[in-house]
Amino acid sequence: MKFLLAALGLLTWSSGTAVAQKKPAPKAKPATATIPAATLTAGKAVYVQNCLTCHQADGGGVDGLNPPLTKTTWVLGDKTRLVKVVLNGLQGEDIDGEPYNNVMPAFDILTDQQIADVLTYVRNSFGNKASAIKAPEVKTIRATNKK
Amino acid sequence: MKNTLPRLLLLPAAVVGSLSLFALKTETAVLPDADNAGLKLPAGFGALKVAETGGRARHITVTPQGTIYVKLNRPNSAGKGILVLREASNGKATVSSGFGNYGGTGIYSTPEYLYASSDQEVFRYKLNSKGEVTNPEQPEKIITGLVNRKQHESKSITLDKAGNIYVNVGAYSNSCQVKDRQKGSLGIQNCPVLDSAGGIWQFKADKLNQTYGNGIRYATGLRNVVGLDWNAQTNQLFVMQHGRDQLYDNFPSLYTSKQSAELPAECMYALKRGDNAGWPYIYYDGQQRKKMMAPEYGGDGKKEATGNYLEPAAAYPAHTAPDALLFYTGTMFPEKYRNGAFIAFHGSWNRAPEPQKGYYVVFQPFKDGKPSGDWEVFADNFAGSAANAAAGRPEHKPCGLAQGPDGSLYVTDDKQGTIYRIVYAKK
Repeated sequence: MKFLLAALGLLTWSSGTAVAQKKPAPKAKPATATIPAATLTAGKAVYVQNCLTCHQADGGGVDGLNPPLTKTTWVLGDKTRLVKVVLNGLQGEDIDGEPYNNVMPAFDILTDQQIADVLTYVRNSFGNKASAIKAPEVKTIRATNKK
Repeated sequence: MKNTLPRLLLLPAAVVGSLSLFALKTETAVLPDADNAGLKLPAGFGALKVAETGGRARHITVTPQGTIYVKLNRPNSAGKGILVLREASNGKATVSSGFGNYGGTGIYSTPEYLYASSDQEVFRYKLNSKGEVTNPEQPEKIITGLVNRKQHESKSITLDKAGNIYVNVGAYSNSCQVKDRQKGSLGIQNCPVLDSAGGIWQFKADKLNQTYGNGIRYATGLRNVVGLDWNAQTNQLFVMQHGRDQLYDNFPSLYTSKQSAELPAECMYALKRGDNAGWPYIYYDGQQRKKMMAPEYGGDGKKEATGNYLEPAAAYPAHTAPDALLFYTGTMFPEKYRNGAFIAFHGSWNRAPEPQKGYYVVFQPFKDGKPSGDWEVFADNFAGSAANAAAGRPEHKPCGLAQGPDGSLYVTDDKQGTIYRIVYAKK
């Protein structure tokens, strides 16, 4: 992760000299480039404390038990569905056609900011690239969340 | 002329006959793969990959005639949940057929019957004198209606010598908290899970449509047992418990994540009817060798358990997930292995962020029907490398064990579906 942060820093600081030579002409900047390093650091801290045991340090999950957070529509797709997974927990849902048998508890004790940070971190780690989630968005979803 | 034709016909037949005799002579030996199937084994042992099934191969049984039956966690692309494998004389096998449209874990055979489980039922199939199933599409349903709430769903099975079958029903919970796996959530008093799960149930091996009311809760307080076997020497059931998870995640003020990786031990229990191993009220600390009070029920990491709970027969590293237990009764392996236990450890995930562990087959020496002396890793490197194991990204995960008619040890892998066979080359 330190490496990733360092790489991100390098990307924002020297946008496209040495990097551009290796990867020719990525027109659109990666979504991560616009996400402050502080957000990712805060998100990682929440991840390590609450998520890592089950979803593992590499976000790859555990076969048949805890789903991976990599390249799944649940992480990269609809933000509302993703925020609700954190608020309510999840059990018995197939993830992209695969069953996972463990229980995810609700993490509604986390603040809006913590949920925004950790989901932004997850959406921009482990090979994922997707837009950030902001605390006001979490607040809105929490307000209409049915228990 | 009349006489020469049959003679001419006899000649090739004789050649073929002697050729096949020759073939038998040269191929009777089951040869280990040049790389021992990628496994690390004690001196004198070798291993081969019997087959690549491509399915999530859970438990396995081999009939006296050498037919191999493998239970898949879910049906394969052809809709078959049980695979039939037949070996060539060099030990390599092909999947010859399949049946049973249900996934599951348990499979067990006697000379007369094959038993297999889904995650809520147990079926019985008749075997003929060749070890073939005669009623693949019409099994007898002997047990039905067992609890399956996804978590700890496997219904592992074994039989005693008196016509009883033992079925594990795993607890649908980590530690019977009010809110499962929720940080700080306390345990439910008189844990209701134990009424229908978290134990071993005994049924008749030959009666149809039995459910809880027809069976006996043989032993309770066992969170989840996947590996179990009947010890014919002591006439006793032995089981391997998967210990509870997440002491640090749920009680960070009482445990460090390092302690949580090493607690609790995975335990072997020698059961008698009516035993209670203590889940969810206690866990076993393998370093202190003490039964401890669970934090959900008043424990603080230091308080020893009170109450009359069963002492483990042996203890193993935390979270390494013992998925199969087999008492070795063959004569192929050296004397020290006879009547000892092999245990397949599926490997950990709940040791994170500490390095993961397991993905090996352990040998536990026994003497007079009791564990005697230290266990040792018998077959290692299913993971492919130490780095794969530490990262929890193994290539293979050992799950099932069976003894072949010649005393070979078969091991399944539910990650890629490889079937291994370990042999001893006499010197």
